Amino acid sequence: MLSFILVILVSFVFTGVVIRTKSIASGRKGPGIMQPMKDIYRLFRKGAVYSETTSIIFQIAPTIYFSSVVMAIMVLPFGHTRGLISFNGDFIFFAYVLALGKFFSIIAALDTGSSFEGMGASREALFSMLVEPAFFILIGSLGILTGYTSFHEIFMTFHFSTYITYAIGVLVTFVLAMICMIENSRMPVDDPKTHLELTMIHEVMILDNSGFDLGLILQTTNLKFAMYGALIANLFMGNLVWYFTIPLFFMFQFLFAITVGILESFSARFRMSHNAQFILVLSSISLLVFFVILMIMNKF
Amino acid sequence: MLYFYLYILIVLISIPTIGLLSAKNKGIAVIISVVLLSTVSSILSINALSGNSTTIFLYGSIVTKTINLVIDPIAAWFILTINFTFITGAIYGSNYMKVYEQQTSKLSLHWISYIFTHSALIAVCVLQNTFVFLIAWEIMAVGAFFLVIFESNKSHTISAGINYLIQSHIAIILLTIGFVWVYAETGSFNFDAISEFAKTQSNLYSFILMIILFTGFGIKAGFVPLHTWLPHAHPAAPTHISAVMSGVIIKIGIYGIIRMIFLLQVNYLLVGYFILFISVITGIYGVMLAILQHNLKKLLAYHSVENIGIIGIGIGIGCIGMGYGNTLMSVLGFSGALLHTLNHSLFKSLLFFGAGNVYQSTHSLNIDRFGGLIKKMPHTAFLFLIASLAICGLPPFNGFVSEFIIYSGLLDGLQQTSFPYLLPFIISILGLALIGGLAMLCFTKAFGMIFLGSPRHEFEHEVEESHILKRIPMYLILALIVLIGIFPQWFINSLSLAVAQLTSIKTTVPKSINVNLIETIEIIGRNSIALILLSIFIYSIRNRIISKKQITHNTTWGCGYIAPTEKMQYTASSYIRAYRKLAEPLLSITKHKKNVQGIFPDKAKHETHSNDGIEEIIHWPIQRLRYFLDTFSLLQKGKLQLYILYGMIFILTLIIIPLTIYIYELFIHFLN
Repeated sequence: MLSFILVILVSFVFTGVVIRTKSIASGRKGPGIMQPMKDIYRLFRKGAVYSETTSIIFQIAPTIYFSSVVMAIMVLPFGHTRGLISFNGDFIFFAYVLALGKFFSIIAALDTGSSFEGMGASREALFSMLVEPAFFILIGSLGILTGYTSFHEIFMTFHFSTYITYAIGVLVTFVLAMICMIENSRMPVDDPKTHLELTMIHEVMILDNSGFDLGLILQTTNLKFAMYGALIANLFMGNLVWYFTIPLFFMFQFLFAITVGILESFSARFRMSHNAQFILVLSSISLLVFFVILMIMNKF
Repeated sequence: MLYFYLYILIVLISIPTIGLLSAKNKGIAVIISVVLLSTVSSILSINALSGNSTTIFLYGSIVTKTINLVIDPIAAWFILTINFTFITGAIYGSNYMKVYEQQTSKLSLHWISYIFTHSALIAVCVLQNTFVFLIAWEIMAVGAFFLVIFESNKSHTISAGINYLIQSHIAIILLTIGFVWVYAETGSFNFDAISEFAKTQSNLYSFILMIILFTGFGIKAGFVPLHTWLPHAHPAAPTHISAVMSGVIIKIGIYGIIRMIFLLQVNYLLVGYFILFISVITGIYGVMLAILQHNLKKLLAYHSVENIGIIGIGIGIGCIGMGYGNTLMSVLGFSGALLHTLNHSLFKSLLFFGAGNVYQSTHSLNIDRFGGLIKKMPHTAFLFLIASLAICGLPPFNGFVSEFIIYSGLLDGLQQTSFPYLLPFIISILGLALIGGLAMLCFTKAFGMIFLGSPRHEFEHEVEESHILKRIPMYLILALIVLIGIFPQWFINSLSLAVAQLTSIKTTVPKSINVNLIETIEIIGRNSIALILLSIFIYSIRNRIISKKQITHNTTWGCGYIAPTEKMQYTASSYIRAYRKLAEPLLSITKHKKNVQGIFPDKAKHETHSNDGIEEIIHWPIQRLRYFLDTFSLLQKGKLQLYILYGMIFILTLIIIPLTIYIYELFIHFLN
């Protein structure tokens, strides 16, 4: 319950911090950190325009996308407290429930019958397919290390004791952060601020959404950021007491947001054809984590 | 015993009745007889699943000795799956075949084969005598052949049918070799002889026998590289037959493998790793090819190959678990495999029925021609969507439950083993995750291109929603899909005896493992309900807010262009283009391209066809052999005189050779 509330709280400011960092890095004044939320609130109050080509799928998809992410957040633990949903193998549920949301966002894009949105859908489907193995190998390896298969127990028993565990920590953080960037269609895979439809992934899929639905989709992106941030924070919080973990949690989310902002300010987007290679690299880094863990466990 | 005679009686009555009735009433008669047959066998099966197995001894003949029919939990699970699919298939088919009502005799043959195939399948599950088992297996194979070639006036239907017939007979030959070997060593046709074989013979022999039987059953199940009949036979058959074939006929191969594992207590580790290896390849290869298909039914057929892979992964884990004496792992593996067998038969028949509805209202199966069908056929679209979600293994539907159990088995394997033995597990997890992602790519393509967007092709007649009789069996399947999704514990509970039977060879299933599994599964069910409720809740809030706002309808955003046409949409081929580029080095894809050239260009064209590389490899030696045999064709001129000449030459050689030897000997004798 605690993690659920905290993640939702963080999601309100996460993108704001990212945008603020970017504006500072580029020497602009920039909007305040609550600006994304204000935009979403404004969208919630607006009417909507629907394409004549669309069907009921287009209407229900944003809702299912949103609720799938909310469900996934419920799985996340927070230090000593379990998530609202916690059982052996809950990370499989986490990954698959996110996939459900993605399925709907893809078919909603196809529902508009537009060439742009089909393009985005095609890319989203391909990239999320490639990213799936990396996540499973990563959490599976952590499962070997700790001997458990649920998020809560994995994070509770994952300790930083030797240098090699720090190395694992760094690698895991890197992979999780990159998965987050890919899932949210940010740099270096996709540039949310690009102005050419031909080079977009996520943004081009939601071209036809407006009003409440668009607000819902934008808020889902914020939630997803905060969700992955929480996952990374959990990795380092271990089994400390709550008055340490709660500030630690906010600190990690804040750091993560700033990192995302800096990354987006100083890196360029990959060529679309190179994205697949980049995402496959994540799987191999996960395999690296796997082998390092085998070494620690003396399983060779 | 009573049930047995009742069953035979129903078969004997229903077959002439179906033949004699008018074309209109045949469908109803089939439904009634399938339901009756299913009721009889289901009563015994439900008994078996609740702990009362039935054994019937028949006297048999001098050759076969006593024939025993056993309905144990393993058989019962498959019988129930078969019955459900056959009932829905009969209801759907009776309406589907309305179009062919003029061809009365063909319809009779079709429906009689349907009954035969159904009873033969049940018999295969029940018979425990290898001799009679092979006979039942043959009836099933031939019955399925007649079912496939219903539209025998089409040449590709016949060639697909014959391809299937030949391959299933290769399977029968392999099974015969295996069973005869067992008979030669033990002198008994009883199934128990197989376990006796394993006890008395060396480990190597048992393993070879296992491989022979696995190959035989594997052809039926469609493991790569034995799958090549499957993508031809499924599209050629009428829809309800495709559903039945994909739903249960290929599963009988799985049944065979499971039964043999149970009987042949060979080196479980070796067999387990072998099956795991084959299955991961099967799963990935199946789905990789499925994505590239343009024919909807062929796409679904390749997905059957993929799902056989997933089931196989489950069986593999089960075996490895038994090899290590790890009960948890084997329970997870076998439960996952058995549950996925049921699940796949449900969503795959639903998908095929959806494809059938689309086919009958558009007369096309080419995915690139459809678009926007959701507005014309909302029910079919809805059902197809749910089945797509289920086959991708997404919560809150049934596919997720079985895939989750298989994942849990793999994760357990990761923790129990060490280095070289642990690699197959991590590769399987990688494979399973990849299969999930690829399946999503495939079904977003299938659903999105067929039902969404605007129509890509003008059909000559009005596209209409299918008849209600076709939708009833589909909603029945849907109900079960959702039920397994939200109350999986009921099904795992009824599975537990079958799993216990499979795993009890070395250890008995401790209660706690089962309880633990059921608890976890129960949580998943609750979460599925929560997910559904949450979605409904948010959607109702959205509707309440939106109803007060101003809603306008306009054309799709096209970068300021306000007259978009349906030609500007993404097509199925362009949707998977990026994937195709990635997969091209691994698969064989042929392209025909005509670029736009000049100031006044002609029509441009771009076609891609994916070929099954393994099929080409298998066909290569056969084709060589044919070329070699073709060289003798100059002997066959079709002239009677020539054939008489051949006969003369043959008789003359028969006379001349001994004669020359005789003269030669005389001559030698004379010289001496």
